[in-house]
Amino acid sequence: MTVAAITVENLTKSYGDVHAVRGVDFHVEEGEVFALLGPNGAGKSTSVEILEGHRKRSGGAVDVLGFDPETGGREFRDRIGVVLQETVVEKELTVLEAIQFHGDPYSKRRDAEELIEIVGLEEKTTARVKTLSGGQQRRLELALGLVGDPELIFLDEPTTGFDPSARRQAWTVIDNLRALGKTILLTTHYMDEAQNLADRVAVIARGEIIAEGTPDTIGADRRDVSIVRFVFNGDASVLPVDAVAGSNGAMEVKTREPVETLYALTSWAKQSGVALDGLTVARPTLEDIYLELVGEEENGGDA
Amino acid sequence: MSTFTLVRRQIKYQNLVFWRNPAAAFFTVVFPLMFFFVFTLIFGNEEIPGSGVTTAQFYGPTLAVFAAVSATYTNLAIGTAIARDDGLLKRVRSTPMPPWVYLAGRIGSAIEIAFISAGIMLGVGVLFYGVNIYAVSLLGALITFVIGIAVFAVLGLLLAGLSPNGNTAPALTNATLLPLAFISDVFIPPSANAPAWLSTVADLFPLRHFAVSFGKAFNPLETTGASVGDFFDLKSLGVMLLWGVVGAILALRFFKWNPQAGSKPSKRRRGRTRT
Ligand SMILES: Nc1ncnc2c1ncn2[C@@H]1O[C@H](COP(=O)(O)OP(=O)(O)OP(=O)(O)O)[C@@H](O)[C@H]1O
Ligand SMILES: [Mg+2]
Repeated sequence: MTVAAITVENLTKSYGDVHAVRGVDFHVEEGEVFALLGPNGAGKSTSVEILEGHRKRSGGAVDVLGFDPETGGREFRDRIGVVLQETVVEKELTVLEAIQFHGDPYSKRRDAEELIEIVGLEEKTTARVKTLSGGQQRRLELALGLVGDPELIFLDEPTTGFDPSARRQAWTVIDNLRALGKTILLTTHYMDEAQNLADRVAVIARGEIIAEGTPDTIGADRRDVSIVRFVFNGDASVLPVDAVAGSNGAMEVKTREPVETLYALTSWAKQSGVALDGLTVARPTLEDIYLELVGEEENGGDA
Repeated sequence: MSTFTLVRRQIKYQNLVFWRNPAAAFFTVVFPLMFFFVFTLIFGNEEIPGSGVTTAQFYGPTLAVFAAVSATYTNLAIGTAIARDDGLLKRVRSTPMPPWVYLAGRIGSAIEIAFISAGIMLGVGVLFYGVNIYAVSLLGALITFVIGIAVFAVLGLLLAGLSPNGNTAPALTNATLLPLAFISDVFIPPSANAPAWLSTVADLFPLRHFAVSFGKAFNPLETTGASVGDFFDLKSLGVMLLWGVVGAILALRFFKWNPQAGSKPSKRRRGRTRT
């Protein structure tokens, strides 16, 4: 049987008349990596910060490691690790001092030098925080989230601002945490990150969860679609298939019958002597599904 | 890590941060010293008529009090409000650090800085301006000083809580501290010409009690033939403590950890400048 590390029921949060979170339900099991996806302002940080104990909820029930985050206090915070969306570290301290400063109050502490190595800041160990680049400060923030050797880790956009190789490195760090049995709740705008890291994802838009599942099965009925893409520098209406035109002649056809579509398209192309440059057939990625879900929500949402 | 060690290490970090910030260090330590040089230059180091003390003997202790109040009240109010804007307080609240330990670290560091900058002021006075120190009043001066800076540290945290953001904190501290300093015998020696109600007003606040009872310990007329007990001015200490207790209750009530709506982080701000 699995045990829930986080349970959220009908969570709501309003800032005056801004209803940032409107009745969100989800749970994260122990040892699971759960990703919250959603556009800017969807309510991701608000939800996560309620679970961290930084904000008070307006309504609903929340259980994190058996605590109510609002009243959990020191014992609760000793068991969680927090990476905030905004990096905030005392800029006059050095990297090493900052990790020690934030690590001091935990009952278990990871070795500071080892953490610095894990996030790849060895060369900056004695550099002042104010001299670090934006991405380096984010890496330090990640180290601060891990310094107390927490069993549950909140990562709010942990790799925003990372260069591609640093992002891969961070994924390895997160994978290693998973191997140690840690529970992770992360938010991200990078769909490849969610695809690579998350056991389950939820898409949140306008404060509501609009889809939930594993990265490979979320949006189930949209999965049976194949996407045919090619370049055609002409009027889409002459094509024998229903294509959506993008920029520079990029065409996209969504179809549930790829064989039929391809046959119609290629036989027409052969007859008319059209090249169909860059012709591909692909399954929808998590990003395609995400864009579709969020796009529909934004167009069709009447709230 | 024991709570005691935790507090001690917090004080150490806060000290590091303070001394690495040249602007804050300058305003707290060097600024009051400049007042001292200027006042003794303008008035000459003669006896101030009717007071029985030289210019330096008067200003040494009162400006030491001013320096100590800058180190506690002004510094804590501005430093804590900026730290809140920057999200540093929120970051700290993400860890199991008990809030009071963090605040104790800030207060402890401010008190240490107050001792250093008041010590420099009196040291310069003794070495270069013939300021005298009297054994009989030392203990009373020390206790008065400790109570005074503790009270102003608490009031600094109260002001940090009341400031909407880090930009308003300097204006609020200056608007409260400077006028008070002028009527509290800190910048201007007591004079027979001043209306009596002015010192009555000043006596409602803690600064004059701090400056006058601390200054008394350096007054040769007061110290000759006095006993150790004469330098514990219970009324002054009582008024200060009352401000401290009420201030502490209100400070806890108004203290905020999260950045407030409309406040901007001081990411690129290098020093804590005052308007
Ligand atoms: N402190 C606040 N006061 C008022 N409104 C707020 C506050 N914090 C967030 N909001 C509003 O609540 C909504 C959700 O914000 P939130 O920060 O949770 O979004 P998010 O999903 O994390 O977005 P992003 O991807 O940009 O980080 C937004 O409309 C935002 O403007
Ligand atoms: Mg966010």
